[in-house]
Amino acid sequence: MFEKTGIPSAEMIMKKFPPIERINKGAVAVIECYKEIPCNPCETACKFDAINVGEDINSIPKAKFENCTGCAICLSKCPGLAIMIVDGSKSKDTVEVKIPYEFLPLPKEGQFVKGLNREGSYITDVKVLKVLAPKSFDRTPVITIEVDRRFLYEIRNIKVEV
Amino acid sequence: MRIEEHPILKFNKGKMIKFVFDGQEMEGYEGETIAAALHAAGVKVLGKSLFLHRPRGFYCAIGNCSSCLMTVNGVANVKTCVTDLEEGMIVEIQEGRGVIV
Amino acid sequence: MKQAEIVIIGGGPAGLCAALSAAKSGSNVLIIDKNKNLGGQLIKQTHMFFGSEKQYASKRGIDIPEILIDELFKYKENVEIKTEATAVGMYEDGIITVLEKEDNYYKIEPKAVIVATGAYEKFLSFPNNDLPGIYGAGAVQTLMNVYGVKPGNKVLMVGAGNIGLIVSYQLMQAGVEVKAILDAAPKIGGYLVHASKIRRMGVPILTSHTVKEAIGNEFLEKVVISEVDEKFNRIKGTEMIFDVDVMCISVGLTPLNELLALRGCEMKYIPQLSGIVPVRNENYETTVENVFVAGDATGVEEASAAMVEGFLAGLCAAAKIGYKPDDFIDRKNDYIKQLNNLRSGPAGKHILAGIEQIGR
Repeated sequence: MFEKTGIPSAEMIMKKFPPIERINKGAVAVIECYKEIPCNPCETACKFDAINVGEDINSIPKAKFENCTGCAICLSKCPGLAIMIVDGSKSKDTVEVKIPYEFLPLPKEGQFVKGLNREGSYITDVKVLKVLAPKSFDRTPVITIEVDRRFLYEIRNIKVEV
Repeated sequence: MRIEEHPILKFNKGKMIKFVFDGQEMEGYEGETIAAALHAAGVKVLGKSLFLHRPRGFYCAIGNCSSCLMTVNGVANVKTCVTDLEEGMIVEIQEGRGVIV
Repeated sequence: MKQAEIVIIGGGPAGLCAALSAAKSGSNVLIIDKNKNLGGQLIKQTHMFFGSEKQYASKRGIDIPEILIDELFKYKENVEIKTEATAVGMYEDGIITVLEKEDNYYKIEPKAVIVATGAYEKFLSFPNNDLPGIYGAGAVQTLMNVYGVKPGNKVLMVGAGNIGLIVSYQLMQAGVEVKAILDAAPKIGGYLVHASKIRRMGVPILTSHTVKEAIGNEFLEKVVISEVDEKFNRIKGTEMIFDVDVMCISVGLTPLNELLALRGCEMKYIPQLSGIVPVRNENYETTVENVFVAGDATGVEEASAAMVEGFLAGLCAAAKIGYKPDDFIDRKNDYIKQLNNLRSGPAGKHILAGIEQIGR
């Protein structure tokens, strides 16, 4: 189905997520690159040797969760915008999620926006904690949102209503 | 129909200039093409087909397909998708093949 | 008659890299481009590129021409650039005719030529496909990303290859609503990371669907689509109507290389390379001596591959006319390795199958 719709299955998604114990320890990258394409900037961008593509740049990137600091540099470097950061260490009830977001208007810190799943459907309201757009992110801002823990595996996008 | 703000791009527009399309005064920016200025002004029909006189708009916008040919300052068959707009230009929908010389 | 060492026709990704590579080897190069600015179609690619660092991966396409032109400036005594100059002919005696601006017509006699003329957008047949409002996806990209003009308010995208997916995303960035993306193929043709990022904006991707007809008087008002079976026949009763003022056609590109045919190069129809392409060797030299080719003109592929082909063709053309640098073999092997790397995955399978049929 994924190849017909662009929506990965729950099973595919789960395989990309680190174990919940790792998520609860602190920020970590989830690399949703499911299909081999000739591309490796994520590996080049990572300073902590947490992403490995290897000699054949068509290989699917492998995350080494133990090395990942959740720094989010890879988020703005991935041409497919396929990476997000999840962090379950902040609270029992919520998780913090960082996503790349290349649209205007940007949300404001403290604002509540619509949280969307991988189909683009509304799932829950989320609170915007941070909007980072330094020059080094090259016009791919990274938004940190606070999301109800129940939606950890579903949340993937936001909608900012004007 | 113009993009006011864009997450990636900044548009450095030239000065606003006037031109005439089929007898009607219009405005566009210096440095943009005739077809872009017309489209921004809401004009999509740039010509008529030779035999059935069906409406024609641009198709490729890079000077390959010739769907955007118009008469400009009396010159027929000008590719308006790659020709820059100039102050005071007279742009007209062309009937038939146009006359050269 | 103007004399030149290497003439490069087309200053897009392949042509700029070819010029850079040949100039670096010590040859004089003359770039001819019909547009006002160099960069070809890079000037409207607002997205980040794939590939690896050597092909400027993760850089936005719009920023790559400047990088290449800055690099080219290091060899400025070797480089001449003619913009708004169209190569209108290339004849059996090797002479190229050029029309610069509107009335400056002249001949050039080069020692070698690299044709990097790119590709053009294919079209699709359906009733009323000539209505204004039906545009090539690349045309829409030019309109919005070069001139800052929206093509309309509501768009239907035909084609879920990389261009269809990318332009849909860019339409949304420009504030235009994309109603759906359809494709007659049963699977999404473009990179799935692109598909996913559009899908999570809420845009449906309708595979196994095609356009039945466009409706409108003076310009597009509605589009009727329908599902197709595995043999691409329309399934009755599956029609859907979209109220849109723009339909983008993104059903692939086809190589633009008539100059090579005119010059007498052996040409061959290779479906995997998207059309008629010149027969060439591994140096990207055609069947006519000292006539080289690079980029989409030799087969439609990603811009990253076009750039490496340019580097390789530039290196080999310079060597052919006497500028063979000491590190020739290292450079050549590096470029070949990069190309193999770009093409070795599932996304490059058809390209390799196509190239197998044109090598000589």
